[in-house]
Amino acid sequence: MVTDTPVRVEEPAPLRRRLSAALFRHPRVRLVGLLTLPATWLVLVYLSALLSLLVTAFFTVDEFTGAVVRELTLDNVREVLTTPAYVGAAVRTVAIAATVTVLCVLLGFPMAFFMAKIAPPRSRNLLVALVVTPLWASYLVKVYAWQAMVQPETGLIAWLLTPFGLPGPGFGVTATVLTLTYLWLPYMVLPVYAGLERMPDSLLDASGDLGARPARTVRSVVVPLVWPSIVVGSVFTFSLSLGDYITVQIVGGRTQMIGNIVYQTYTSNLPFAAAIALIPVAIMVVYLALVRRTGALDTL
Amino acid sequence: MRGSRRARWTFGAMMALGLAFVYVPLVVIVINSFNASTVFAWPPKELTTRWWVETAHNPSVRAAVVTSVEVAVVATAVALVLGTLLAFALARYRFFGQQAMSLLVVLPIALPGIVTALAFRTGFRTFLGLELSIWTVAIAHATFCVVIVYNNAVARLRRTGLAPEEASMDLGADGFTTFRLVTFPLLRGAMLAGALLAFGLSFDEIVVTLFTAPPGVTTLPIWIFQNLQRPNQAPVVNVVAAVLVLVSVVPIYLSQRVAGESTGGGRI
Repeated sequence: MVTDTPVRVEEPAPLRRRLSAALFRHPRVRLVGLLTLPATWLVLVYLSALLSLLVTAFFTVDEFTGAVVRELTLDNVREVLTTPAYVGAAVRTVAIAATVTVLCVLLGFPMAFFMAKIAPPRSRNLLVALVVTPLWASYLVKVYAWQAMVQPETGLIAWLLTPFGLPGPGFGVTATVLTLTYLWLPYMVLPVYAGLERMPDSLLDASGDLGARPARTVRSVVVPLVWPSIVVGSVFTFSLSLGDYITVQIVGGRTQMIGNIVYQTYTSNLPFAAAIALIPVAIMVVYLALVRRTGALDTL
Repeated sequence: MRGSRRARWTFGAMMALGLAFVYVPLVVIVINSFNASTVFAWPPKELTTRWWVETAHNPSVRAAVVTSVEVAVVATAVALVLGTLLAFALARYRFFGQQAMSLLVVLPIALPGIVTALAFRTGFRTFLGLELSIWTVAIAHATFCVVIVYNNAVARLRRTGLAPEEASMDLGADGFTTFRLVTFPLLRGAMLAGALLAFGLSFDEIVVTLFTAPPGVTTLPIWIFQNLQRPNQAPVVNVVAAVLVLVSVVPIYLSQRVAGESTGGGRI
C-alpha cells in the first residue's frame, strides 16, 4: 500500500530533546530539582521554628517591658521542674494520655478485628470509610459535641443515665478522657486493622484446631502478632492527647494539662511557655525511643 | 475461631458499640442545630429551621468562611506543589538524609499540637521576623498539609512503579512527553485527592491557627471558638457546627472517588 516512503533527513535533535536526554543521564540533577523547593521550605519554615522554640525556652523576659531578653539561662526549665503545680500538670497530662491510649486499644482492637476477620470482605471498605470519615469532621465541632454529651443534668449521657439513677460525667477529667478517646480512636483502629489484615486467617484456624478457645487465641496468637500495629497507633493517640489544650479547656472544667498552661502563658511570657512545651517533646522522645526498641517503627 | 458463634457476636456487638460511640455525637450536633431553645438540653423540646436562616445571613459567619477559604486555597496550592515534588524525590531516589527528610514531613502533625503551634509562632516572630497576618496562618497550614499530599502521591507512585514510564520512553517519547502523557495522568487522581483532603484539614484547623493568627484574622474555627461561651450566639454556633459535620463528608467522599483508595486519606 505504501507508495513512497519519505526520506528521513537527519537533523540535529531539538533543544527539548537534548534537555530531556541530559536530565535522563543525570539523576542527581533531577533530584536536586525536585528537592530544593520542599527541603528549603521545611527547613526554613518548620525546622527553624522548632529550633527557635528550643532556644527561646532558655531565654528570659524583661520584668518591666515584658520583652524577650536573649540571654541564655536555665531559670525557666528550673522553675518548671521545681514548681509542684507544673509537675502535677505534667503527671496528670501523661496519666490522661495513657488512659486515653488504653481505652483506644480496648475499644479499637475489637472493631479492627471485626473489620479485618469477621465482616464479609465486601463490607470492609464501607466499614473503613465509616471509621475514617469522622476523622475529617472538624476537631472543634467534635469537642463541642462532647460538651453537649457530658453536660451535667441536661447532657445526653446524663439523660441516658437518668433511668438508672446515675448522674452524667459533668465537666472534668472523665469528660476530657472520653472526648480525647473519641477524637483519636480512628488513629488506633486503622493501623491495627492494617496489621490484622496482613495476618493470615489460617493462624486463627490453627490455634482453634489445637484446642484454644477464642479468648486464648486472641491473647496468645493475635495480640502478639499485631502488637507492632498497636504500638504505632499508640504513638498517635498518646502524642495527640499530650499536646491537647482545647478539649480540656472546653470539657475539662478546672482540669489543667500541659497544653493549657502553655496557652495561658505564651502571650505574657513566651520563654516560659516554650520551656513548658518542651515537656511533651521530651516525653515523646522517650516514648519513641522505647517504641523503637520494640521494632514497631520499622513497619511504619 | 471465625466459626465460633459467640466470638462473632461479641466482636459484632463491639463494632456496633464503637460505631455508635463515633456517630452519636455527630448526630446530636445535627439535631441540635434545629433546637428551638437557645439553651442546650437533651432531648430538644421543639424543632425549628429559624436558626439556619439566621445563620445564612450572619455577616460575621460569612466573613469567617471567606477567610477560611482564602487560607485553605493558598495552603493547598503550596502543599500540592511541595508534596508532589517531595513524593517524587523520596519515592524514586536514594540519597543521604532521606530518612531525616521523610521524618521532617510528618513531624508537623506527629508532634503534639501545642508544640507545633508554639514553634510556628516563635519561629515566625523571632527567626523569620514576620508580623502575624493571614499569610502566617497560610504558611503554617501549608506546612502541615504537605504530608497529606505527600502521602497520597507517594502511595500512588509506589503502586504504579516505573514500568509505564519505561514503556513510554521505549516507544520513543522523551522525558517531557512521558511526564505529560503517562506520569501526570497516573498521578492526577492521587494529587486531587491529596489537595481535597489538605483543603479540608486547613479549613478545620484550630490548634495551630490560634497561635499563628493575629487578632482580627478570624477563620471559621476561630469564630466558633470565640463564640462557644457566648450564650446568645449558641444557636448560630450550633448551625455552623452542623454544617461543618455535614460538609466534612464531602472531601473524604470525593477523594475516595477520585483516588479509588480506601485509607486514612494520608492522615495516618
